[in-house]
Amino acid sequence: MPETAAPAGSTAGAGYVFELPSLGADMETGTVLQWYVNVGDTVARGDVVALVSTEKADIDVEIWRAGRVAEYLVEPGVAVPVGTPLLRLESAGASTGPRPTRAPAAPPPAAAPPPPPPPSAAPPPPTAPPPATPPAAAPPPAPAPVARPPAVAPVPAVGVIRPVAKGARPPSSPLARVLAAERGLDLATVAGTGPDGAVTARDVLAAPPPAPSAPVGAPAAAPADPAAAMRRAIATRMERANREIPHYHLDLEIDLAPALAQLEEHNRALPVDQRVLPAALLLWATARAAARVPELNGHWVDDAFRPAAGVDLGVVISLRRGGLLTPTIVGADGLDPDQLMAELRAMVTAARSGALRSSWMAEASLTVTNLGDNGADRVSGVIFPPQVALVGFGAIRPRPMATPAGGLEARPSVITTLAADHRATDGATGSRFLAALARALDEPFGPAVPTPTPDPRKDDAP
Amino acid sequence: MSTSSSIDLEAAVREAILSVAPDVEADLATIDPDTDAFEELQLDSMDHLNVVTALARSTGVEIPEADYPALRSLGALVGYLAERTIGS
Repeated sequence: MPETAAPAGSTAGAGYVFELPSLGADMETGTVLQWYVNVGDTVARGDVVALVSTEKADIDVEIWRAGRVAEYLVEPGVAVPVGTPLLRLESAGASTGPRPTRAPAAPPPAAAPPPPPPPSAAPPPPTAPPPATPPAAAPPPAPAPVARPPAVAPVPAVGVIRPVAKGARPPSSPLARVLAAERGLDLATVAGTGPDGAVTARDVLAAPPPAPSAPVGAPAAAPADPAAAMRRAIATRMERANREIPHYHLDLEIDLAPALAQLEEHNRALPVDQRVLPAALLLWATARAAARVPELNGHWVDDAFRPAAGVDLGVVISLRRGGLLTPTIVGADGLDPDQLMAELRAMVTAARSGALRSSWMAEASLTVTNLGDNGADRVSGVIFPPQVALVGFGAIRPRPMATPAGGLEARPSVITTLAADHRATDGATGSRFLAALARALDEPFGPAVPTPTPDPRKDDAP
Repeated sequence: MSTSSSIDLEAAVREAILSVAPDVEADLATIDPDTDAFEELQLDSMDHLNVVTALARSTGVEIPEADYPALRSLGALVGYLAERTIGS
């Protein structure tokens, strides 16, 4: 589109062009599967405007500008590079009045003539006459329907999705596609019950199996298999990590007895849906350590380390059917364990059942992998480039530990590992990081009893 | 403990698990009620917490955290809920 001379994601004349954001460092292209907004809709900062498919996941993409949707700039179903203009917005403030119809008397002042206006000549029908208000009865005054005009029929948004040629798929959740691929089902043959007819995992499970003869080997064309695409995306990034990054690995076994005791106490006061899992506590401690030791929190770019401004914690979430997602908690160092738990819970639920939010797809400054309570004891991880470290937690379980008195006791512990980029840091820095992490877990919820000594931060130098 | 109530509770338990993990439906249908369902179905602590949360909501039973470790098989979950929902 040469005529949109406007620079990336910037104001273009009276409007704003919203471009396909990068939803992860390894993302090159994305495909709008579905619009959530219609032309004429007013959007606010943070609104989800489209479902975009990437190699790794389907993502609800949020917009960061308010305005009124003026036009779609891409067709659903077509893969486009990062940075491609997706939507044109008009400033909402400027045109809050009765919306001027297209083709204003005066030609647009600047720039090349825009493409001919779409043939949507028929102006939107005037808003329906206000329902005759029953004069007498005074029910509690219904809250005035806030602005929102009787939505322009959502048909156009949905309507464009299906007809898009053969390669296009019906809207579907990632899980649905994984399941369909496993079963050799063509999603186009499955009736969707999700939003806008999207095919959900349940729909796939309910669908009759395909002709039994189909060999499970490679039933569908390779590119149609999302599980394989995800595998390839992971492979590419991990190959790069092992090719480029000289890793070093450190371990520290951390006694969790005090932290778990405090956590139990903390949870006792909370309703069941707000209870905090140890996993959230470990994220919290990691974020604290990253803030204390910023040398491990950032990116290796152009042969130099660039520290990140805040701690944006990537969280590895493994999918039961294979593959993984790494959504990011932006500003994790500013969140308490309760808030981190809420984020973690929302992420895991979203990752397992469908689309992630685009605000979770920011590039992390540090990533955490947690093998969970059924997992192995320790993980020697592989860094996600361009990050310079990865923190790993094994399963929490009772292990023999020496007590200060010289005895031996079974205590719950976690083996914490750090994989770090030796170009950016040395082992001493890594050790400091693990020590800071362990210290954060001493009393995660503060001193249990109001002790007068507020822990003089001992300068440990192992 | 009336039979119909335990059937209702078992349905509630299955529904809670499927709400958290729709993809385990086939495996859940054949699972031994006395095995650790969460390990068997590869559900982690987050899934377990979400199942317990869903059950607390759907049955109105208060489930203290200290009881979580015991609530890992279908049988244990149904028994636990039955004790607390049916007039003791």
